[in-house]
Amino acid sequence: MIYEGKQKIWSEYQKEIPDDHYFYVRSCIRQSFFPASEATFLDITRNVLEKDIFETEHHTTCGGIAYHSDTIPQETVMTIIARQFALMAKHGYENYVCSCITSFGLYCETMETWREFPELEAKIRENLWKSCKLEFAKPKFLVHASDLIYKYRNQIAAQAVRKLVNVHTGEPLKVVEHIGCHYSKMFPSKGVGGAEYPYVLVGMIEAWGGEIVDYPERRHCCGFGFRQYFIKGNRGYSLSNTHKKFESMEPFKPDLIITNCPGCPYFLDRWQYVIAESTGKTYGQDGHGIPALTYEEVAGLVMGYDPWDLGLQTHQVGVEPLLDKMGVEYDPAKKFLGKNGKDLGSPVPCSCLK
Amino acid sequence: MKNNILIIGGGPAGLEASAQLQRMGYNVILIERSPKLGGHLAKWDRLFPDRVPADEVLRSLLDATEGVKCFTDTDIRAINRLDKSYNVRLTNGITVLSDAVLVASGFDLFNAVRKEEYGYGIYNQVMTNADLEAYFRTGEDRRIENPRKVGFVHCVGSRDEKAGCRSCSKVCCATAVKQAIEMKQAFPEAEVFCFYMDLRLFGRHYEDLYLEAQKEYGVRFIRGRVAEVSENFDGTLLVKAEDTVASKPLKVTLDLLVLMAGMRPSASGKALGELLGMNVEDDGYFAVRSGIAAGQRSQQPGIFLAGAATGPKTLPETLADARAAAMEVDRYLTEVFPDARNYKQLVKERW
Amino acid sequence: MVDFGFGLVPSSRINLDLFDKGKYEELAALEPDVRICMACGSCTAVCTAGKFEPTSLREAIEDIKNARADKALQMLEPCQLCGKCSMVCPRGINTRHLILSINKIYSEK
Repeated sequence: MIYEGKQKIWSEYQKEIPDDHYFYVRSCIRQSFFPASEATFLDITRNVLEKDIFETEHHTTCGGIAYHSDTIPQETVMTIIARQFALMAKHGYENYVCSCITSFGLYCETMETWREFPELEAKIRENLWKSCKLEFAKPKFLVHASDLIYKYRNQIAAQAVRKLVNVHTGEPLKVVEHIGCHYSKMFPSKGVGGAEYPYVLVGMIEAWGGEIVDYPERRHCCGFGFRQYFIKGNRGYSLSNTHKKFESMEPFKPDLIITNCPGCPYFLDRWQYVIAESTGKTYGQDGHGIPALTYEEVAGLVMGYDPWDLGLQTHQVGVEPLLDKMGVEYDPAKKFLGKNGKDLGSPVPCSCLK
Repeated sequence: MKNNILIIGGGPAGLEASAQLQRMGYNVILIERSPKLGGHLAKWDRLFPDRVPADEVLRSLLDATEGVKCFTDTDIRAINRLDKSYNVRLTNGITVLSDAVLVASGFDLFNAVRKEEYGYGIYNQVMTNADLEAYFRTGEDRRIENPRKVGFVHCVGSRDEKAGCRSCSKVCCATAVKQAIEMKQAFPEAEVFCFYMDLRLFGRHYEDLYLEAQKEYGVRFIRGRVAEVSENFDGTLLVKAEDTVASKPLKVTLDLLVLMAGMRPSASGKALGELLGMNVEDDGYFAVRSGIAAGQRSQQPGIFLAGAATGPKTLPETLADARAAAMEVDRYLTEVFPDARNYKQLVKERW
Repeated sequence: MVDFGFGLVPSSRINLDLFDKGKYEELAALEPDVRICMACGSCTAVCTAGKFEPTSLREAIEDIKNARADKALQMLEPCQLCGKCSMVCPRGINTRHLILSINKIYSEK
């Protein structure tokens, strides 16, 4: 691998990411999949880095799940999006940051469609006024939340209490980065680093002291694909795609997977359990899995957040081996206690996956 | 009267046209922007279809140019159209009053880095056709150490609208087959694969080369464009394509992948064209006067074109084009140019 | 093991890394014409059996090169050795001998 060659490509895919003043929209599913990730994003950006990140309870889904399941007309989904943008403008913002990759892709696609078909944009403008009495607006800058953490990666590194380093060996942790398909595959120029060699997560790993693992199936979809996992009969395809990725990364012995999409960490995490329990195969050390974390969770770990406050107990693959490698202190007794200290009950142990 | 003719570009087209016009008795000035004459030919090892050494061909081209004034490391600084002739200021300080100008600015090889999915410049074991020729010339390349499995990717930067290159580069299929054979000759134990979309082996003896590659060397031809390359843990390459004949996706582990970088309009030729006010077509190559019969005349009176400046050509085609250009220049300088009184009328009628 | 009601789907992808070079060279030694097929499909177009059964010499050759000799053998099973394919092959491949040779080499366990 020739690192300089990648740097050259990265230099060609740099997008402008404003430093401050964002309108933030959440993801539908991340709040239940990784309950603390968005809270951590807001805490780091607002309280640690003192940025102006505004959110309103009036924003809704972007309609992406329905869009990708083919159950919503395109005009409707565009009007929903126009409403989100209008809320941004109404609150005096022009920079839009979203937590979800599906949303990000859909926003990019919608803005591109409006650019190509101005008559459609006019129609949506009209729909928006008729349905919500809101003024149509478009963001000046549209970024994904991982773009922002990428932007702040060095500031985060400066305030970090630990690095992505194995404290026992002093070696950097081997990290696999996995980008959500709709972050840049549709519009390579909208993603940091493009689509073939995305840099957005690589930049974080480099800044926080880890070592990037570049394995052959790095560009392959995690297997999420709405239609694939919604229907049980199709789930084998979803599982097989994840399996393909793990088989491909296995020889590199990664310590950690970092992701920027709602679905990817979920499926890279849960399908490890299904693969283990249905075939006996595990990919981490000594029967463990490979933890698949969100970028906010990784940022939280290097900044010294308590792993249970970061919601790492909601992952199927146990994170303890990773915490031990990083030298993170944690109380095993508190793993399954709620925020109020109440015992939430612990899951039934897996038979194959430690 | 001995007319001055300026020929721009010291590759095969420029050399051949120089030699022809010199023999006809004209005063030929040949300029080449790089330090060396020969263009891409000087970098190639052997030529398809019969694998003659490129150096031999180049030597015979150079030998025939005796008497031609050659300036290497020289470009055009400025050019002015006078009544009938061109006043050309060269970067070496010399000014030439030229009665005809022949542009033989050739082509650039496609920059294979731009096909990001192939990882040229990123994966250690990916090289281009030009890199492989350099290896054949010198016997040295860190990427080549007894490879057991070698792939050739046809159409890299050709027939690829997304990369801005719609046209076929004409020479890559035959070059790939030639290089595949040469790799088998160098490494008889290697398995060699050619990934193609269509095999465009149109020229004389090209089909023989294809048959020879299959029959004598067991080269495997897979109809499908390579779509993704990645590097395995051990440094080998994972290559994905579809075998479109079998209608199935395919993967193979290779030790070496050779990208057949295609022909692109020359960047320096483009700059020159702007100086001369010459039009290019959508494909980026220079437009000729009009239609099929226009041959080597440009859209500007007194300016001629030869070789790959007007689109991808094989070497024999380039040489034939250069000879034809010499004939056209001669016709212009004998039939149109001398008649000072009627020059404009003649240009209108006969250009 | 847990039954989730779904599981890994077998890959239909051709894996050239599984290609048995030794066996293929045995075949090529017996019938060198296997190397020169250019997949034009003439043989398949006129195949007597091919209209009724999935039979194609072109496809069988492709299968062998794609590490699926098992499929090739299956593909050639309905062949009647009538010889029509040898009449139309533009490269003059001795198709009947090739079919017999494929069976000979690849049927051996």
